[in-house]
Amino acid sequence: MTEMWNISSNPHIRDKRKSSDLMSLVLIALLPATIFGVINFGIDALKVIVLSVTGSVLTEYVYEKLMHKKVTVDDRSAEVTGLLLALNLPASAPWYLPVLGSVFAILFVKQLFGGLGQNFMNPALAARCFLLISFAGKMTDFTYDAVSGATPLAAMKAGESVNVLNLFLGKTAGTIGETSTLAILIGAVILLVFKVIDLRIPLSCLLSFSVFAILFGGHGFDLHFLAAQLCAGGLMLGTFFMATDYVTSPITKNGQIVYGCIIGILTGVFRFLGSASEGVSYAIILSNLLVPLIEKVTPPTAFGKGGKKHE
Amino acid sequence: MLRFTFRGGIHPDDGKAMSKDKPIREVLPKGELVYPLSQHIGAPAKAIVVKGDHVLAGQKIAEAGGFVSANIFASVSGTVKAIEARLGVAGGMQESIVIENDGLYEEVEFSPERKLADISGKEIIEIIKEAGIVGMGGAGFPTHVKYMPKDPSAIDYIIVNCAECEPYLTSDYRRMMEEPEKIVGGLQAAMKIFDGRAKGVLAVEDNKKDAAAKLREAAKGIPDIEVVELKTKYPQGAERQLIFAVTGRKINSSMLPADAGCVVNNCDTIHAIYEAVHFGRPVMKKVMTITGNAIKEPQNLRVRTGTNFRELIEEAGGFTSEPEKIIAGGPMMGIPLISLDVPVVKTSSAILCMTKDEVAACEETACINCGRCVSVCPGRIIPARLADYAKRHDKEAFEKANGMECCECGCCSYSCPAKRPLTQYIKSMRKIVLADRKKAAQRGNGK
Repeated sequence: MTEMWNISSNPHIRDKRKSSDLMSLVLIALLPATIFGVINFGIDALKVIVLSVTGSVLTEYVYEKLMHKKVTVDDRSAEVTGLLLALNLPASAPWYLPVLGSVFAILFVKQLFGGLGQNFMNPALAARCFLLISFAGKMTDFTYDAVSGATPLAAMKAGESVNVLNLFLGKTAGTIGETSTLAILIGAVILLVFKVIDLRIPLSCLLSFSVFAILFGGHGFDLHFLAAQLCAGGLMLGTFFMATDYVTSPITKNGQIVYGCIIGILTGVFRFLGSASEGVSYAIILSNLLVPLIEKVTPPTAFGKGGKKHE
Repeated sequence: MLRFTFRGGIHPDDGKAMSKDKPIREVLPKGELVYPLSQHIGAPAKAIVVKGDHVLAGQKIAEAGGFVSANIFASVSGTVKAIEARLGVAGGMQESIVIENDGLYEEVEFSPERKLADISGKEIIEIIKEAGIVGMGGAGFPTHVKYMPKDPSAIDYIIVNCAECEPYLTSDYRRMMEEPEKIVGGLQAAMKIFDGRAKGVLAVEDNKKDAAAKLREAAKGIPDIEVVELKTKYPQGAERQLIFAVTGRKINSSMLPADAGCVVNNCDTIHAIYEAVHFGRPVMKKVMTITGNAIKEPQNLRVRTGTNFRELIEEAGGFTSEPEKIIAGGPMMGIPLISLDVPVVKTSSAILCMTKDEVAACEETACINCGRCVSVCPGRIIPARLADYAKRHDKEAFEKANGMECCECGCCSYSCPAKRPLTQYIKSMRKIVLADRKKAAQRGNGK
């Protein structure tokens, strides 16, 4: 018979969008924050970004080659991890920080747990926390306008007041990608418009953080303080780009709201009750660990469940 | 309460433009006709003719093999050539009656034209049963069974599924455009079964406003019949989602529409009821859409059951180029064919020929947990997790996570960016669970 047609189970059509398209959209959405970071912190920032992204992609490539696995660098997830890690490092970081960080993120957090989709923590954030613990001094060396100074959050913690407009625009000290709320929000709009993420996680995270800040921030209902807290530090970058990481967030819709709330509250706990001024990274990776539990307690109700059965 | 839609669902390219403006054209079969004895859900029919018998079009050739079963009728006049196993649409061999067409199309004498006013509800059910009417949208559930619920007084809706949410299919649309009065007439007959207590709803998707207008015009002045325009979204025509969109009532996999006070019939089925009630004509013909980018002239054809698929492709001008995949039905729930030498049955709705198989072009990658399958699932379950359970054959976890609530609509596979065949995994596991349940029930009966 000449008739040799394909057969497969239904459905026979597929949406055009691939996983790598989603990753590309995330990269595009990160561009405003990346470009602003380079403008704000200069060539040093670019150096960190290039090292981190190349480090991530190379680590993935070399590991998969050595292990005789299928090379998956073209799914672009390693690029996303590398870029996110860079945006979470200070521009003054010496060359070995992004290199070590990207190797740690890709090799230890992602590949050793089974590769894409299997890591239980956000690789970029886990690497950042690893670097924070191992190189505390270098990781918190924030130089801005040639002056080594405190980040806005540290300043607020010390009781100083900060300029909210500068915070919103990003003209402050901080890591490469976290300073400009405006640039991050532009990216967030791109993610939302192209339906890469929805508002469940970011909104519940920001709302619960705001409530916590009002209750336990020590300033009561002070809009200036609240705005400064929302724009400062890694909250915006974390909530829109890292808390929403598919792999390490719950798949259930209600679970996503619970997860967002936990991140918001934990961030508040670390910022206001802890000794450090910054806490988003830890809040997110701790919440990552709770994801299996959250999914377990928030299963969706199946359509028509509980209806009277036909005998 | 009218909801117009449901949560979840997808918006694939509908591909209907290829054939939607082609009027229904009647075609006559050339070669032999094949009638599988099992073209419905339930017991196979029993052949009541033997090799060598001469039959007329409209003559009963096989009798229902039980309560949940249906009669089968010859659609041409000719001689019974054989009763043997022949290839069916699903790819397996099926016991079938083969009739050699004599080309005369002599018909049996159908009962004289009847008026609805002269027939009782009970008689209508009898007529439906006798005419071998089954769910012609694809499910093939014997229609008379639907009209005999445990508590007929609880039925307050008869919903005609004119949604035609499957991409590429236009046969129901053409039917609505060309014979709206017959659809309304069939619905009136069905409503009479419940003594007018049930309301009739013709549910159309709002991308077919012209068809809805035709139906509305045909139903003008008839009390208790309403044409409802639902939101265009796949799977709007899925029974559970349709009932919810029209009434706001929810049923799960272990319930029947009757539990929500509904009887749901496909537009084609209701047309068959009209033909049977008014003219005594059994199911002998189907309207089918022959379409796809591999087809020269996409068509809507009125074909006789038993006709070979190959003839229909020829009627549509043949192939423009060698198709990569041929599907019986639509692209979301249709069955891929291994051969064109299969017959038209009561549930056939389309032949879709595609020059390119999108599925083969996709490469399966790792799940990134994006949750798109959860967003689109009309059954409100978690396809990604169920597929994992199915993959490692964890029956218990699968059932606990409501895997049996899957309606196999295919939305999850369609929307998965990692191109994982989620529906396929879930479908296979569901088959295993159903088979196990059946086995357990049989064991229970044996004791």
